[in-house]
Amino acid sequence: MEFLHYFSEVFTWANITILVLGTVGGLLLGATPGLSPTMAVALLIPFTFHMEPASSLVMLGAVYTATVAGGAVSGILVNIPGAPANIATIMDGYPMAKQGKAVQALHYCFISSFVGGFTGVLLLIFFTPPLADLALKFGPAELFWISIFGITIIASLGGGSVVKGLIAGTAGLWLSTIGYNPVLGEERFVFSEHLAGGIHIIAALIGLFAIPQVLTLVAQSRLYKDTLEFAELHSHGVWQSFIYNIKRIRALTIGTISGSIVGVIPGAGGQIAGLVAYDQTLKMSKDPSSFGKGNPDGVIAAESANNAMVGPSLVPLLTLGIPGSPTAAVLLGGLLINGLFPGPDLFTIHGAVTWTFIDSLLVGQVLMLVFGLLIARYSGFVAHIPNHTMAAAVIVLAIFGTYSVQNSVSDVWVMLALGVFMYYASRIGFSPAPLVLGLILGQITETNFLQGRLIAGDEAWSYFVSGGISQIVIALCIVSITYSIYNERKVIIRRREEDAAS
Amino acid sequence: MNIMREKFSRIMLLCALSMGLVPVAMAEYPEDVIRMTVAYGPGGATDFQARIVTMMAAQVDKEGNPKYLNGQPIVVLNRPGAGGQVGWNSFVQKARPDGYELAAYNVPHFISQSIVFPDKVKYNINNLEPIANWGADPAVLIVNKDSPFNSVKDVVEYARDNPDKLTVSGAGLYVGHHIAALQFDRAAGVQTKYVPAGGGVKGLQFVLGSQTMAGWNNLSDAFRSQDRLKILAVADLQRNDFLPDVPTLKESGLDVDDSSVNFRGIMAPKGTPADVLQTLADKVPAMFKDGKVVKKMKAGGSPMHIMSREEVQAMWKERQTYLTDLLKDLRK
Repeated sequence: MEFLHYFSEVFTWANITILVLGTVGGLLLGATPGLSPTMAVALLIPFTFHMEPASSLVMLGAVYTATVAGGAVSGILVNIPGAPANIATIMDGYPMAKQGKAVQALHYCFISSFVGGFTGVLLLIFFTPPLADLALKFGPAELFWISIFGITIIASLGGGSVVKGLIAGTAGLWLSTIGYNPVLGEERFVFSEHLAGGIHIIAALIGLFAIPQVLTLVAQSRLYKDTLEFAELHSHGVWQSFIYNIKRIRALTIGTISGSIVGVIPGAGGQIAGLVAYDQTLKMSKDPSSFGKGNPDGVIAAESANNAMVGPSLVPLLTLGIPGSPTAAVLLGGLLINGLFPGPDLFTIHGAVTWTFIDSLLVGQVLMLVFGLLIARYSGFVAHIPNHTMAAAVIVLAIFGTYSVQNSVSDVWVMLALGVFMYYASRIGFSPAPLVLGLILGQITETNFLQGRLIAGDEAWSYFVSGGISQIVIALCIVSITYSIYNERKVIIRRREEDAAS
Repeated sequence: MNIMREKFSRIMLLCALSMGLVPVAMAEYPEDVIRMTVAYGPGGATDFQARIVTMMAAQVDKEGNPKYLNGQPIVVLNRPGAGGQVGWNSFVQKARPDGYELAAYNVPHFISQSIVFPDKVKYNINNLEPIANWGADPAVLIVNKDSPFNSVKDVVEYARDNPDKLTVSGAGLYVGHHIAALQFDRAAGVQTKYVPAGGGVKGLQFVLGSQTMAGWNNLSDAFRSQDRLKILAVADLQRNDFLPDVPTLKESGLDVDDSSVNFRGIMAPKGTPADVLQTLADKVPAMFKDGKVVKKMKAGGSPMHIMSREEVQAMWKERQTYLTDLLKDLRK
């Protein structure tokens, strides 16, 4: 029970101040499109040079926690995910906001983030050694199948049409091959110098979600006070939300479990956690057709998952020096700068710093909940912003956010081009989520497939299909595909019956 | 009247002085923030060290006089992709040679890339100007703690009996680890299978998780994971202070020199004015030697190796010659 001993360290004035500032700042940074948790933590590393080791880690931990949750705010209110981790949140979060339930959606988002996040940190505290061993078992073969499993989800994100989802997903997979071959370094599909480095995920994310939104706003805009097509805003008590949220125990459990598992796997990260949880909740639901139309379960599952990922993603980092997510990779720098080397010493010799850091993550979850719920109270303002103001603000944020990722004007052009393309594609029923998912998973799939091929040599087939974890994930892939086909058939049959009846 | 005039002229003089003095101080390079491109992502060893060694750039002493670069900070900009090619390509093509745009270099990475991909890669030692070197991280040969290999000899024997079966991980293609692997193969007369992992930490993970049988990795990273690894040899001319018990490859009977050592430093684009280069060459090594920098680098387990502009120029040329020979069969 060492972690209880160090709680007093968290509650010093200095650390509490840092925690509060880190949480509030993190929520705001997270809500800005383009400023992903990874960016936010990287930006703060230089500030930690002059701080005490414990305080600097407390700050980085608080920002990590809060940015992951904050990314949902812009997703729910304006349909632009703050970071890749929040893509799944907007599937039902934005429809809820349109129905005037923005406050509820944000409440569920922060309450679920808290439940998932808190559980994740508890896992970190109690199960670090076994989880670390599990993390090491994921090699190229296992990661390849996990990303294939992710690809099987694409069909269910098509916004109603499986065929359109698959087309968009395939286009996304192709987009992921632009640029350099991730393993062998060959250049492919570089039609213009702007594509030399490939398509950056954040640029694609902002372009595909934000630009169509801006164009729609402009197209619908009349002079004077037209606002987004939001229904009258329902006010909603926090306690009401709490009670409802806790009752949705299934979505919450699925989210927390899938988030925790994905968190431990090095290299998968939060962007998959939310999507996997969303998909599982949808498939286990009695009424899958209500998803994508404002089902609170979608928000609950996605947000509990991406925050549950935070704690476990630190397990391989603290024990082996291997980060479980891109953000954890940046945190590694924060540890090393303070002379804290991952490994057993961290929990013994440097126990005071490490446990203070872990305890602050628990406290940070509580603060994130409190401030998140406060932000939710004022979210109504966003619904009353006139269209033209909103369009201008979003385009400024989109360009600024894209440019700041790697200080590249090319990224901005790519972002705008994808955005305009998506605007027309969305008018004929395509949705951006499968496209982005294809882009994200394409890179992971290709890298691990090529590495696996290199390692296996002549025995590629047996390399990829042997191994317990691989076989479990292959089974999951088969179940996922079978379910999608079965469900699509059901939908087609029902549609035929309706046609016949009418 | 006289007193008035005297007062007036004094004030005028003061004004003139203050106005005159400010431009004099400002004309001195640098008068603005310096940007430094790092061709790798945030969190990696190069990024991490680049941020530490530049953190004191804007430092002033107790009297408020600038210590190193006129009180101007160096800001790190990450531009990762394709083992550094994206960042360095955009640097040589777009950076203005005015001393305000610098980049971090990794040798042998950028030199070997310019040799292997002469069409794709726009940079080479002739269109870049070194300023100073801050670190040298030798490659080490590592195996999992549970591996049957206990020495370089065991690895060579296995590789000899099983051609093209021994898998070794490393950070990427044509980086120091890859050069070490190529040199090892040549010296031992074997054929190992090099797996580029996409980052040093990822390469380490392949060895920790037994996905590959062995690996080449940064000494600094391997040093931190000794409880789960065996470090069999270091690819350098002499043993390293961090690991005094680990033999060099030469001691282990393989004729491998220090060509794979990962040198990290700062460079400018060709065409940067000579006086600016001189200022940087004078001030930057002093900045690397700052007590706080040295302390942080040591705490992070990052071996420092400070070299002057002239020393780096010589080192670049020497590497160019050697790598051209080593990589001549791989040219694309």
